Amino acid sequence: MGDILGLIGRRLGLGLIILLVISVIIFFMVELLPGDIAQAVLGQGATEENLRALRKEMGLDQPAIVRYLEWLGGAVTLDFGNSIVTDERVTTLIGDRFMNTLFLASYAAVIAVPFAIILGVIVALLRNSIFDRVANVMTLTSISSPEFFLGYILILYFAVKWSMFPAISSLSEGMSFWALLERTFLPALTLVLVVTAHMMRMTRAAIINLLASPYIEMARLKGTPPWKVIVRHALPNAWAPIINVVALNLAYLITGVVLVEVVFVYPGIGQALVDAVSKRDFPVVQASCLIFAATFILLNLAADVGAILTNPRLRHPK
Amino acid sequence: MTKKSDPILIDKLADAARRGSISRRSFMHHSLAAGMTASAATGLWTRSANAQPRKGGTFKVGMHDGNSSDTHDPGTYVSRQQIYLAHQYRSYLTLIEPDGTLGPDLATDWSANEDASVWTFELNPNATFHSGKPVTSTDVVASLNHHRGDDSTSAAKALLTSVTNIETDGDNTVVVSLESGLADLPWLLTDYHLAIVPANEDGTANWQSGDGSGPYRIDDGEWGVSWKLSRHEGWHLEGAYFDKLEMLVLNDPNARQTALVTGDVDAVSLIDLKTSALLQRDPNIEVENVPSAAAITMPMFCDTAPYDDVNVRNALKLAMDRDEIIEKIAFGAATKGNDFHHSPAMPYWPEDIPQREYDPDQAKSLLKKAGHDSLSVNIHTADSVFSGAVDMCVLYSEQAKQAGIDVKVIREPNDGYYSDVWLKESFTAVSWGARPTPDVMYSLAYKSDADWNESRWQNERFNELLIQAKAELDNELRAEMYREMALLARNDGGTIIPMFNNFVYARRSNVMRGESLAASWELDGARAPSRWWFAG
Repeated sequence: MGDILGLIGRRLGLGLIILLVISVIIFFMVELLPGDIAQAVLGQGATEENLRALRKEMGLDQPAIVRYLEWLGGAVTLDFGNSIVTDERVTTLIGDRFMNTLFLASYAAVIAVPFAIILGVIVALLRNSIFDRVANVMTLTSISSPEFFLGYILILYFAVKWSMFPAISSLSEGMSFWALLERTFLPALTLVLVVTAHMMRMTRAAIINLLASPYIEMARLKGTPPWKVIVRHALPNAWAPIINVVALNLAYLITGVVLVEVVFVYPGIGQALVDAVSKRDFPVVQASCLIFAATFILLNLAADVGAILTNPRLRHPK
Repeated sequence: MTKKSDPILIDKLADAARRGSISRRSFMHHSLAAGMTASAATGLWTRSANAQPRKGGTFKVGMHDGNSSDTHDPGTYVSRQQIYLAHQYRSYLTLIEPDGTLGPDLATDWSANEDASVWTFELNPNATFHSGKPVTSTDVVASLNHHRGDDSTSAAKALLTSVTNIETDGDNTVVVSLESGLADLPWLLTDYHLAIVPANEDGTANWQSGDGSGPYRIDDGEWGVSWKLSRHEGWHLEGAYFDKLEMLVLNDPNARQTALVTGDVDAVSLIDLKTSALLQRDPNIEVENVPSAAAITMPMFCDTAPYDDVNVRNALKLAMDRDEIIEKIAFGAATKGNDFHHSPAMPYWPEDIPQREYDPDQAKSLLKKAGHDSLSVNIHTADSVFSGAVDMCVLYSEQAKQAGIDVKVIREPNDGYYSDVWLKESFTAVSWGARPTPDVMYSLAYKSDADWNESRWQNERFNELLIQAKAELDNELRAEMYREMALLARNDGGTIIPMFNNFVYARRSNVMRGESLAASWELDGARAPSRWWFAG
């Protein structure tokens, strides 16, 4: 186990360096955008005079490197500063929204992960049957369509034609948990449809790959029923690639929901990020992007640890 | 229907229902006798009997154009979310009534000295902020000064440049002094930036708190997501019939329309023109199509050949089939232009000026008069000017062929169109936002020495009238001046105005509205929540 803790420590340290590099890249990308924040805030009515006044008020008269170092100084003490446009704390600005995104992602994950893995096992069992073909075609169709299109289709049937679920997922305070689940069902379902194919097909491929191994042959010759061969003998050895794919998809659920948020008007972090970029609001962009980056780093780490834990050969290296 | 219905009797019945002097039963009985079908009669009863506003309900509005980076600062109001919200929780000095006239908001009365250079505004003594504090002249001065001065960051600064001083005269009187006469000042004060907020001790404006004196107070909300408001009891004006108000940001056109169809919201601020015809088929939805003061213009340089000849300019104006352009480019949601930049949605609109129609034969004869057998011109445009800008020019080019004019459409890049093409090329297509009065519009783009005189038009009489009208306080004389100016622009000017774009928005049929809709913004001049009500 000591090895694993050491690995986690090393990877976390590496993660911090990656975050630092990312923050530099983001800062200078935002700097490279044409136009500036004062122009974006004042719009058409801007004159040279009040642009200058606003730039000064926002501290944009200082050189870029000074502004970055100031921000970095705050960030190492976990103070992400204030939004330049609204002068609100970045943490309050995106805190709630990030929780909303996290909720939607977990909602979708709780449905999608078991669904995809069970479906993967079943199609591996019934490989090359009609069921296998149909399941593959359906999931591949849903992953190949853009999310917003899937969202519109679901809205058309579930909200407009059958009136089963609300078309927009506006949240309000004091909503009961069940009301919340109902309100956010359609965006969650959209995300489920988008991520299922990848996980299901990886499960199927990993299991089928193992079915040619001698020990599976042995199990079969013993007279073990086919479902038991797969669940008891093949699946434990197939976990590593499956966990990797699941982790990637979980990261996608958090970072890739912008379009789904727009279609269902869900107040998540994606919308805040898009607005912040269009206004060149650097502290908000920076904080959102770092959250996304940290999500990827942590989930990748979790995938590696999971793969090691499920594989005795990796757990006890020679 | 087999019988022809009797329109006069039906009108009388509707009147009686409105006054409440007839029961539903006898109303139906008489309506059927007058030749209406049962369903039509039911509809008429509902409409007429609900004409009287009633209180109650939660009104939910879906609005477009909202960002999470918006703020309460009136000086940086730019998105529709800020503008709509401002008209609910804050007040202005004056407002535009549904019929297009100027009405009182916080100011009950206003008057000017003889040359309109000093204005006095009397405030409503009953007006209070949501915090309970009365609205006084100190608050008004602080709020207006927020947009003035060297370090002001307000986008409305240019609007108040001619103001030299704003001072209080007692608790309920504000005096505004100007460099020169400006009869339009009370109109300019309806501008959405000039919201009244409480003053700080030091005389600056306290916009941060979100306190206001509007018809609804903010209970809770988040920029770019949604706002919850409830009625401000004791609001100083008539209206605010809903108990609660919810304003949701629905930027996606599809989400907005779906929410309206499924009843998740009661009204939306903008609908997609391409699908508005489909939406109209839904019996639960009423689509409003309101003429606005925003315009599409096509200026030609009056000092550059061939446009220096008025006959050529008028031939080009006659060679346009505006009806076809409105039908195919604006999907019917526009008001026909008549080549003067004064829309029916602005005050002093001269209604007796004949509409210029498509007349290729007359255009041909005008060209002959100018000494041209045929004419070839280039029009410059870009996709970003407005949705359908390039298509409109191509359509115009086809129409002009009938008059023997060859219009070549030159498509310019979107980036930098207004800095590199507009005011530089001799014939362009331009989109103008709404301006509150003809004076503002003409001073901006038609005055001989204006920076944005896009057609380089010089007309002595027009400029003389413009300066006279600016300080003229007699409304009838003013209207007469604007009529003459409109005729001059139409018959001599260098700008073709194909159309004024409409505001197209929609509400559920159980939401009632007054007889007319204000044309200053979508949703009844952004004041639907204080003017509309739910049917019983």
